[in-house]
Amino acid sequence: MTIDLKTIKHISKLSRISVDEKKAEKLAGDLNSIFDFIEKLNKLKTDNVEPLTSVAETTLKLRSDEVKSKNLRDQVIKNSPKENEDYFVVPKVIE
Amino acid sequence: MSDITKQSLSELVENIKSKKLSSSEVTEAFVERSDKSKELNTYITEDYANALNKAKRFDEKPNLDLKLPGIPIAVKDLFCTRDLRTTAGSKILNNFVPTYESTVTQNIWNEGAILMGKLNCDEFAMGSSNETSFFGNVQNPIDNNLVPGGSSGGSSSAVAAQLTPITIGTDTGGSIRQPASFTGTVGLKPTYGSCSRYGIVAFASSLDQAGPMAQNVKDCALLQEVISTYDEKDSTSIDFKRNEYSKELTKDIKGKKIGIPKEYRVDGMPKEIEDLWKKGIEYAKDCGAEIKDISLPHTNYALPTYYIVAPAEASSNLARYDGVKYGFRADGENLIDMYEKTRSEGFGAEVQRRIMIGTYVLSSGYYDAYYLKAQKVRKLIKNDFDEAYKKVDAILTPSTPSSAFKIGEKTNDPVSMYLNDIFTVPVNLAGLPGISIPAGHDAKGYPLGLQIIGKAFDEQNILNIAYAMEEKINFKNNITDWWIK
Repeated sequence: MTIDLKTIKHISKLSRISVDEKKAEKLAGDLNSIFDFIEKLNKLKTDNVEPLTSVAETTLKLRSDEVKSKNLRDQVIKNSPKENEDYFVVPKVIE
Repeated sequence: MSDITKQSLSELVENIKSKKLSSSEVTEAFVERSDKSKELNTYITEDYANALNKAKRFDEKPNLDLKLPGIPIAVKDLFCTRDLRTTAGSKILNNFVPTYESTVTQNIWNEGAILMGKLNCDEFAMGSSNETSFFGNVQNPIDNNLVPGGSSGGSSSAVAAQLTPITIGTDTGGSIRQPASFTGTVGLKPTYGSCSRYGIVAFASSLDQAGPMAQNVKDCALLQEVISTYDEKDSTSIDFKRNEYSKELTKDIKGKKIGIPKEYRVDGMPKEIEDLWKKGIEYAKDCGAEIKDISLPHTNYALPTYYIVAPAEASSNLARYDGVKYGFRADGENLIDMYEKTRSEGFGAEVQRRIMIGTYVLSSGYYDAYYLKAQKVRKLIKNDFDEAYKKVDAILTPSTPSSAFKIGEKTNDPVSMYLNDIFTVPVNLAGLPGISIPAGHDAKGYPLGLQIIGKAFDEQNILNIAYAMEEKINFKNNITDWWIK
């Protein structure tokens, strides 16, 4: 299987990572060599195998719906690259 | 006492408890040595002034009943530390200051330890050489221009160079055991669900585990005892009876059955590794263990499985870095453009590569062929171990297929870099505990490690085997302080 530049552009869009021509070519090369290596799995028959989703054999526990942390609004907001008092600021999305 | 930093954790604890040393003396010694060791680039963020203050406060009212009384510790920068910058080795988290503390680090502070700073690591723990860090590569104290392994490379380097008495790392595919092996130190990856993942920057959630790194097995057991707790803040934390690992540690492993998996004898395995393994088998026999040949038939499929599962989970976990609520942001013409530029400029090449692989294997039309297939093979790999453990108590393998390599040697070939984890990755896929102990040197004098893999929740048993073998091996790390001018 070969991953072409068109596919790289498609994945980059899904990943929300901008990719120029030069980077796309480099990525196509890398991904192809990695997938050549991954394709080995196809040699294995797995028709009747149950997929393993988690090795931790636990069921989710219920807990009461209580607020446990203190009000950290100011500290949380301070981590934002751009804020306006109580709000996170993003580029305009509605014309 | 002039050689404070040469003491093991157990010695330091003993000396503080018997008041031969104060926390301030110990902390000053490690801070001073860390400060003289900038060349190794182990620290991303130093917190020396606070550490010295905390040590002073500890000495004013020392609580000597604690397990880590006044002991200074630097930790991998993947653990969130309240009010102290946590970067995960990435530009995208360059200025992130957590408002909360990871459970594992909180457990360490609750036992009296003092934070000295945050240690370098591969970006988001994705790497095997610490070369993907935004904060530059780390030097292995064993030799100039040598990688310390990864992703917990700052941690392994700092322990080997005695800049911190012990430390913690995280291990998703070998990130504790491989760097421990490269630096002549001990590293334990606990059973999945043993240590809480709360407050650890996520990489691949079904594989990530925190674990101790130390200069010897006893110190490693003590730290594991401190960090392993049930935590309701982590939904995959498992509520089981935990041992007092350091107290229950014994060298009596007579009659323990240790398996030797034939599939780990991989093509092109260097003779040095083969010889080390044979020596390891003899050491185990000398300790009274019984050696059995076993088979783990799907070993060969572990790495390809890992390189589907881990990137898939990573692509999903790392979707949160969008430049809005925290971290780095690049300006864009509109919202989407801002996201794409932020992620393109904020993530390094290896992280972008893995996000792309993960996105691809989860994308419409490919999910069944890759992700579902990998989950099925993961089941087969786990079944292999389940079968083997009907016959043996533990498994002995080399930790890595080679000793540490030169900086830059493997950066252009991702697949050859990935092959580093060939012996460690199956353990993560099966959720088992594994420990790497230093067991010898190669022709260049670089350390080599052996790995002991246990049954789930059987940390005590592999610690005991490691403890017994450690005595027989009698490994000495050859650190010359070449980096101190």
